[in-house]
Amino acid sequence: MFRRIFATALLAGFFAGLGISVVHEFTTTPIILHAEQFEGQPAADGQKQSAYKNPLLILAHGKSGGDAKDEHEAWGPADGWERTFSTTLANILLGIGFSLILVACYSLSTGTIDGRVGVIWGMAGFGVISLAPALGLPPEVPGALAAELAPRQGWWVLCVAATAAGLWLLVFRKGAVWVIAGIVLMALPHIIGAPQPARIGGNVPPEIAGHFAAASMVTAAIFWAMLGWLSGTFWQWFEERS
Amino acid sequence: MNEKTAKSEVIVVESGRKFMPAITAILLGAFLVIGVGFAHSDTIHNAAHDSRHSFAFPCH
Repeated sequence: MFRRIFATALLAGFFAGLGISVVHEFTTTPIILHAEQFEGQPAADGQKQSAYKNPLLILAHGKSGGDAKDEHEAWGPADGWERTFSTTLANILLGIGFSLILVACYSLSTGTIDGRVGVIWGMAGFGVISLAPALGLPPEVPGALAAELAPRQGWWVLCVAATAAGLWLLVFRKGAVWVIAGIVLMALPHIIGAPQPARIGGNVPPEIAGHFAAASMVTAAIFWAMLGWLSGTFWQWFEERS
Repeated sequence: MNEKTAKSEVIVVESGRKFMPAITAILLGAFLVIGVGFAHSDTIHNAAHDSRHSFAFPCH
């Protein structure tokens, strides 16, 4: 079982991560690069500028940023092939990470898993990991104003855990009580509310921010559909071979 | 050892066979996702920057 889970997850995660890297290269990455052109500029409203003194915002942009020559700056990939390679590697690792969790669910499920069923599991992953947290914390372009990082990450984890548990109750438990409990669990993080910034109005034009939010969700759906189909197919393939 | 004990031991072994690989995979998967998507290290953040934004992880 160990071998089947890890072989499936490695193969599916690698190919889904590689595939989504190609998609990102033509969809989200150009928008990120476009947004970064506005990020370092002084805001029209003097009040906004102070929000951009967050060192992480500058660090994030490697050698392209105005303050890039700061001695204390951590390593970052140079723009061009190095940045593309770095993003691809991150996507592959994320792909394998998500794939391990998805395939672990296959190993616990009692039904037959194939590519088609895998896509349904993938869509559940999309709902839990991408859609639900986006309601409270919409995908952000670099330069968007946001609340403190740690509370946002905490809320993200809470939202993912509650949505996953709620969806599991809705799908795998029978009875009205479980349905209500599932819905309440899924709604809970949104009733609590995600941390929001004290002020809004970053330098990046809202048209770019809006386009990025949509592109991020669309590419996430593509990623999860790919990951679901690949992992389901490999899962079945390894079953036939064992 | 009576029959009941033997049976319950079989159940424990069987469920262990089923759950141990799944739990290991989930923990390792979560470790990878948290490492790439959440780690506060500046170097990891910079390397995974575009990936974090595209996947809509809280970033910066």
